[in-house]
Amino acid sequence: MQEYADQIHRCFRCGYCTFPTDYSYFNCPSYRRFRFESYSTAGRLWLTYAWLKGEIDWSEHLAEILYSCTTCKNCVEQCPMKFAGDIVDWIVGARSDMVEKSKIPLEVGRFFEAVQVYGNPLKLPRAERDTWAGGINRYEPGDEYLFYVGCLGSYDENGQRMARGLAELLKQARISFGILGKEEECCGNEVYMLGEMGLFQMLAEKNIQRFKELGVRKIVTLSPHAYNTMKNNYPEFGAGFQVYHYTQLLYDLIKRNMIRFSQNQAKVTYQDPCFLGRYNKIYDEPRQILQGIPGIELVEMERNREDSFCCGGGSGNFVMDLLAGGEEIPSRVRVREAYETGADTLAVACPSCMTMFMDAVKEEGLEDRLTIKDVSQIVNESLPC
Amino acid sequence: MSDIYEALAKIVGKDYVSNQKEDRYFYGRDPGLMKPHEPDYVVMPRTTEEIQQIVRLANKEKTPVVPKGAGLALTGLVIPQKGGIVLDMKRMERILEVNEKARYVIVEGGTTHGVLKSHLQKHYPKLRHSIPDSPPIATVVANAVIHGQGRLTQQRGFNSDMVSGLEVVLPTGEICRIGSCSVSPYWFSKGPPLPDLTGLFLGWFGTTGIITKLALKLYPCKRIRDVMLFLTDRAELVPDIVLKLGHTEMMEDIVISTQPIPLRFRGNFFILVFITGDSEEEIEFKTKMAWDTLWEYFDSRDGGFVSITPDMKAPMMAMPSKDTTRFADVRKGGGFEYSGPIAPVDRYPDFVRKLEELASDYNLSYASAARVINGGHCMMFSFSYTFNRADPDEMDRAKKALDEAAEFSLEQGGVIWKPNIDEQKMMMARMDPNTLELMGKLKGLLDPNGIMNPGNWEAK
Repeated sequence: MQEYADQIHRCFRCGYCTFPTDYSYFNCPSYRRFRFESYSTAGRLWLTYAWLKGEIDWSEHLAEILYSCTTCKNCVEQCPMKFAGDIVDWIVGARSDMVEKSKIPLEVGRFFEAVQVYGNPLKLPRAERDTWAGGINRYEPGDEYLFYVGCLGSYDENGQRMARGLAELLKQARISFGILGKEEECCGNEVYMLGEMGLFQMLAEKNIQRFKELGVRKIVTLSPHAYNTMKNNYPEFGAGFQVYHYTQLLYDLIKRNMIRFSQNQAKVTYQDPCFLGRYNKIYDEPRQILQGIPGIELVEMERNREDSFCCGGGSGNFVMDLLAGGEEIPSRVRVREAYETGADTLAVACPSCMTMFMDAVKEEGLEDRLTIKDVSQIVNESLPC
Repeated sequence: MSDIYEALAKIVGKDYVSNQKEDRYFYGRDPGLMKPHEPDYVVMPRTTEEIQQIVRLANKEKTPVVPKGAGLALTGLVIPQKGGIVLDMKRMERILEVNEKARYVIVEGGTTHGVLKSHLQKHYPKLRHSIPDSPPIATVVANAVIHGQGRLTQQRGFNSDMVSGLEVVLPTGEICRIGSCSVSPYWFSKGPPLPDLTGLFLGWFGTTGIITKLALKLYPCKRIRDVMLFLTDRAELVPDIVLKLGHTEMMEDIVISTQPIPLRFRGNFFILVFITGDSEEEIEFKTKMAWDTLWEYFDSRDGGFVSITPDMKAPMMAMPSKDTTRFADVRKGGGFEYSGPIAPVDRYPDFVRKLEELASDYNLSYASAARVINGGHCMMFSFSYTFNRADPDEMDRAKKALDEAAEFSLEQGGVIWKPNIDEQKMMMARMDPNTLELMGKLKGLLDPNGIMNPGNWEAK
């Protein structure tokens, strides 16, 4: 992590990182939420540099500032400097330093502890990981896909609904797949982003070993977070799997006429998940799925694709919620923006976004006017009877 | 918790006040080279009335108040030299009114240029404002307060010349309207036909009051915009070239840049000539006028227009210019600062010589972009030096070069733009004594307790 320490002073604190491309409003979730410049990317980088130089001591407030970043990569997208692509790595590096020194917020410590002990950040028993999965096969050698469900898909009520819906679709398309059930382990994406590299390596190696033992070649993930880490971080530990997010697979099945639509009737707007969009440049497939459904009208929110506004759930915040409180939390801002499009449905492709928005529509009093649905649910509802 | 903290929390809500070390650290410095000094509190008000209450509290407690936009002047103007309360204005971010017929916009005291640009493009595509080259988070008010320049400065003057009304919280707490809006619902004029009182606030760096609303003139946004690049290697010709272009009264913006890297750029002067038009014919005509005007330099082989590829053109056309910001990373060090004298255009060759001399003497990387103001009445010349924030020696050399550049500029008859506190002292030492006394009297009258951004413009 020395690399970040040698580079972090390069931030000029120009503030481009706080905006979307058209400068229409602040697009950094934590700056938008807290509004002190110290909560912008520049604030984090300057304060971390000050900490490294010994100009300020570690404090809980410093750690809160560092950990309130959702690692949504808006800053990477907007920073005009050559080092832009490294910014999240620097933030993760600084967090990693704090982890090594055992100087992290209480919530972050609890997150790690839960993952370490229970295999999920929700602190729920491993035995309950597959309670949602009645009738869904366990992965067996020879199955084409391992369906990696992830922690929210396994334990969270909304995530479970997403997982069931997707499994149902895959069955109908006659895809051979299976899940790991109780044997599934946390993917570690959030652990990585929060800077616990030892725990991340353990999770990655354990998962890779299990996948190899089972002869897994293709993985389809429910969560863009799992997709991201399995695709981009796992190869460093010897993984060579083909990894797909479920929207990629669904789009392929639709193209091959393995999924056909009848009719739907909805005005839909779509939330680009950060780990699908900005991290992996998958913007088109989810939209093409939705646009391919007769009767669906897809409308865009003002901020979309590279300029999408994070739900606030990244970097473990879907559990820790370090950005909680008030009307200006990212998820509430975003559902208001979705509602302003005139859409009746906000489509998501991420269980983290689903969880954050389900709470937000209630807080905004929009639950009767804006329905949060995952892309696979919309596809399911559009199948011929 | 102190009484002041509790009182501030009562005014703005506890989420929007801080006395934590980390926030004070960040708000105690800017990206430039001036020494940091931390505030005691950072506050983010939402309304004029909240600011009024804060100012009254500050008077009672004899605590300094420093209003702040994005802090991008680079010369330490919002570093709270004597501590106190920094007012981060950026929660006062609304665009209150766009009057299409009278062509002005009223914004709150923390509205950013980026948001205003986006709003006009989306909702009023035929109107524009003078966008500065600073990043989009720079606020409209702060830019006017420092007499900033922008893309319409060549045609219309300083951005502060485009102000058409103010609402100000005076240092003693009264809320005051300045300009036509003091007698009319319309904000079309900052002064005429009334006495122009905006001069009590613009250029004072927040030492005479806090601007909570500002009306800014808007101008036609033509359908097409283009840029031409005229190249010469003779600095002494630049003033005449620029004045000839200004004579056409057809150019949107004229900027002269020079830099030694890459090597093929060294010793060359790039004159960027921007034009706008509502039709191809208008663009073609203006292009022809620029070519005809400068044809003699082709004949004498002293210069000429060069072709620009689309890749080159895009960053030149961008508003704001990201390239300006990128200069900070030339040495992979995250810093640059410039001394920006406002001076007659004919000073350009001498300034360029000094720019290069100082870079050589102090072993620094340099660049300069000079913008023509108001058709050629003057220009803003920048002595820009980049530095590595992790290299204290280089920072020290850059500061010395800038100090020397400031002295030189004054000797050459320039006036330093957005001067840091040391440069303010240099200028006040040269100022007509009666003018200085007048400044002191005005300041004393408006701010009897001396609470407003102390350390700046201390005309005693």
